[in-house]
Order: sequence, then C-alpha cells, then structure tokens
Amino acid sequence: MIDYDRLLSPRAVAMRPSGIRKFFDLAAEMSDCISLGVGEPDFKTPWAVRDAGIESLELGRTRYTANAGLKELRIQISRYLERRMDLRYDPMRQILVTVGGSEAIDLCVRALVSPGDEVIIPEPSFVCYDPITTLTGGTVVPVPCKQEDDFRLKAADLKAAITPKTKLLILPFPNNPTGAILEKQDLEEIAEVLRGTDIMVLSDEIYAELTYGTEKHISIATIPGMAERTILVNGFSKAYAMTGWRLGYACGPEPVIKLMTKIHQLAIMSAPTTSQYAAIVAMRDCDGEIERMREEYDQRRRYLVKAFNDMGLTCFEPKGAFYVFPCIKALGMTSQEFCGTLLQEKHVALVPGDAFGESGEGYCRVSYAYSVEHLQEAVKRIRAFVEEHTKA
Amino acid sequence: MEKLLKILEDNARLPLEDIAAMLGKSPAEVSAMMDLARAQGLIKGYKTLVDWEKAGVNRVEAVIELHVSPKKSRGFDDIATTIASFDEVESVLLMSGGYDLQLTIKGKTFQEIALFVAKRLSPLDDVLSTATHFVLRTYKREGKLFQSEEIDERELTVL
Repeated sequence: MIDYDRLLSPRAVAMRPSGIRKFFDLAAEMSDCISLGVGEPDFKTPWAVRDAGIESLELGRTRYTANAGLKELRIQISRYLERRMDLRYDPMRQILVTVGGSEAIDLCVRALVSPGDEVIIPEPSFVCYDPITTLTGGTVVPVPCKQEDDFRLKAADLKAAITPKTKLLILPFPNNPTGAILEKQDLEEIAEVLRGTDIMVLSDEIYAELTYGTEKHISIATIPGMAERTILVNGFSKAYAMTGWRLGYACGPEPVIKLMTKIHQLAIMSAPTTSQYAAIVAMRDCDGEIERMREEYDQRRRYLVKAFNDMGLTCFEPKGAFYVFPCIKALGMTSQEFCGTLLQEKHVALVPGDAFGESGEGYCRVSYAYSVEHLQEAVKRIRAFVEEHTKA
Repeated sequence: MEKLLKILEDNARLPLEDIAAMLGKSPAEVSAMMDLARAQGLIKGYKTLVDWEKAGVNRVEAVIELHVSPKKSRGFDDIATTIASFDEVESVLLMSGGYDLQLTIKGKTFQEIALFVAKRLSPLDDVLSTATHFVLRTYKREGKLFQSEEIDERELTVL
C-alpha cells in the first residue's frame, strides 16, 4: 500500500482549501434552491464573438498558436487597452495571452516570487492569490480592507505591511467579493508608497469594465511611475461573458512578460485557439455589448443595495464587479452560520464572506449576475429569514 | 426616460420602489415619469404574456399578409386605420419587402379567422390580396421562452 499522504507535496497540501465545497454540494441537491452564488455573468457571449469562434473551426484553425498568443489578438488587445483604459503596451513584447486571467495570476506570481518573499494581499479578495503564493514558497501578508473605508486598500495600511522582504502587491480592484473600486486619489496614494521601492504590483483588473457611476475604471499602470512596476491582468470572462472560453491576458514590463511567457510555453503551450479567434472580434467590435450588459448590472446593483439596507443588513454601495457584500453582523451569526441556516431554511445560497479571507467574516457575497425576477424571489426569502431571526 | 421604458417593457409588475432603486431615483420621481409617459402616449398599456396552450385554452392565431392600394395623399394610413379598428385584429404593421401590411389576428377557431378574412377583410376596396398563415406553435414571445425554460448551468463557485 502506498501512503499517499507521505508522497504529496507538503506545499500543495498546505494550500488554503476553499472550505465551502460541502455547502455548495448541499445547495446543488435542493431542487428549489435560489442561488446568488455564482461568479460569472448570466449573459451569453455576444453572438458576433461566438460566430467568430465557429468560423475559425469551420476554417480548420485548430492548431497551436504562437506561445504568446495570436499576433492579431495581441494587436487588438493593445488597441483596446489604449482606447478604453488609456494604457499603452507593445503587442509584440509586452502582452501575453493566457488561459483565463487565472493563469496570468499564477504565471505572474511564479515569475516573481521566490521562497521567503512576502506578497501583500488585500482582503477580502478572490481566493486564488493566497494558495498560489503559498505554492511558490512565498509568504502571504494579508491587509484587511474595512467597510468604513468602502473596502478600499488604504495607502497607510499598505505602508505598514511593507518589509524588506516584500516582493509583490496584489491589487484586485474592482474587487471580488466586495465590489469595491479604487479611485484616482487612492491609486495616487498607493503609487506614492511604492515609487522608489522594488515592489511590483499585480493589478488584477478582470472586472475593470464593470465599474459603475460617472467615473470610468482607472488602472494603476496609468499613474506616473507605475507602468514599469505593474503587471496588468485582465481577460474576457467578465466583460464579454466568456468564462467558458478560458481566455485572459497579462501586460507589463518586457522582462517579466518574457519570463511569464517561458513558463506559459512549457506548462500550457498556448491558450485555446478557437477562443483566441473569437476574442479578436470581442476586442474589436463589442464595446456596445459591454455597455449593454454594464447598464443591466448597474440596475440590479442599485436594486440589491437598497433591498439589503431596507431589510436591516447594512450594505455599502459597491461601484464595481457584480457583487454586493452586505454585513450580517446584526443577526449575531457568523458568516458560515448565516449562509448555512439561510440555505437550510429558505433554500437561498450565498457565499459566506470568510471564504475570501478572515476580514470577510461578518459579511456575505451576493452575486447579481441574475435576472431581476430571480433577485426579487431571493430578496423575498432573505427578508423573511432576517425578520424571523431578528424576532428570535 | 428610455431606461425606465426598457425596464417596464421587460417587466411591468416591478414595484415602484424597486424601479426607483434600479434607476437611482426616488419613487415619486419615477411615478411622475410614468404619468408623463402615459400622458405623452409613450406607454400604450400593460398586458400579461399568457401561455394559452399550457393553460389548456384553445386559441387560434394567424398572421395575414396584405397587398393594398395606397391613396395618393394619405398613403397607407387610411386602409391601415380602417383595418386596425377591427376588434379581431391584434396588430397592424406596415412592412418593407414583399407585401404592404402585416396583421395578427386571434380567434377561437380556424373558421372564425377564415370568416373574418373572407367576409370583412377581402371585400375592402383597397385590399388587393391576402395570404393567411396560421400559427402552429409558440416557442418564444416578447423575449420569453414558451416551450422550455432555460436551465442555469452555472456552477456555484467563489471565483
């Protein structure tokens, strides 16, 4: 008998588990369960994009592409970033097409972080940064973001977390799960802390197009002195409703992109070819589709923020992504208790906030990648739940 | 106003407070906008999408293509208005392409619709010809699927 426990890599075993799998399995078994748990758009990929994918298959474009991605796609990405984000990257040397934003994050951490290096991760945040850092032997330094700061990363908190070992700051804004964004002033202050250091920034801007209100998304790479220390990660999943196509990209200083490309070449070869052909059309022709989806998300966002505040679960107004992050402390339950009991009693599935780091305790993530009718039904059940448990 | 109309077009039963929240306005403001929209004739009415087949009620629906002779000064307006005034007629649209007017008609039986075409529509002076197509089955109407509901296949994840 092989003792697999002795064989498995301790670092891989030590990666923080998601811990809520069981919870989701339970939800999946309930036939009348209303879920507000998913992290992907309810829209379908725009037809023009799907059509381009189909056409590429019909033409038999089924081979590997260049390791860094189709040249035409990289050119379109650079044009898109200039048009919509005011960013300038050389498509031949500074852009790498990856298997989703996730791979870009993985590559960036692997290319930069050595054992003993510290990686600053604002919390609550997307679940992958922490385990990927651990896997490389890096040390995670969480920096809690608080509701009173609208869940923004404050420059002072960042500064306090920096040590001589700090290698990388992960900057996941607009943020999953809080929906927080960073405005120009916040970015200027963070840049001020980082300029003059050797600390790199992994700016995960996958939700950039889903920014609400009058101001558009601003990338930290547009702040003076920051492009040279920023690896920008973005992708097609959220803005173009293309989660299943598995396509993202990283942009940044040539030496870092070059090393990331080397790892990508050896581990992946190239991102899916069909997806790359489809993505060319997304980058080139779909600004209007983004706007249409953004407008719908925006209405749902406002609806949910008001609904939660009305039922007594205070909810700060998120300006990005497609999540609201209400505080459930008023009910005297932990996040896990709240979500578990809500699921059992009302068959509504939310994600407990502590899944996104300790500072998410006391909150839960509510996705509005659902129709308004679906949200209404969920809100009705949650309201009843809150009323019952407030009286008790 | 356009955003409000779009929301109402999708779902006229949303509570006023919810619509107001979605638009970032107060309920009073939205209420005033809705009154204005009605007064200006932007909102023509509120109806319910019923799946009559599922409800077990027999209803027959037909689409009729009409060739008509337009009038010198009023174009298609006179004949279109005359036809629109029949209660049986659900919609009257002036079309580009191979025919002039498209009608939708609902009735209890095939015969009822056939009689309407034969006795009321065809005899009109300006109607040159008609072609009646009966609806066999409704798959989608006003953006809603009628035969099958779409299943949400998305996985619950924390991604």
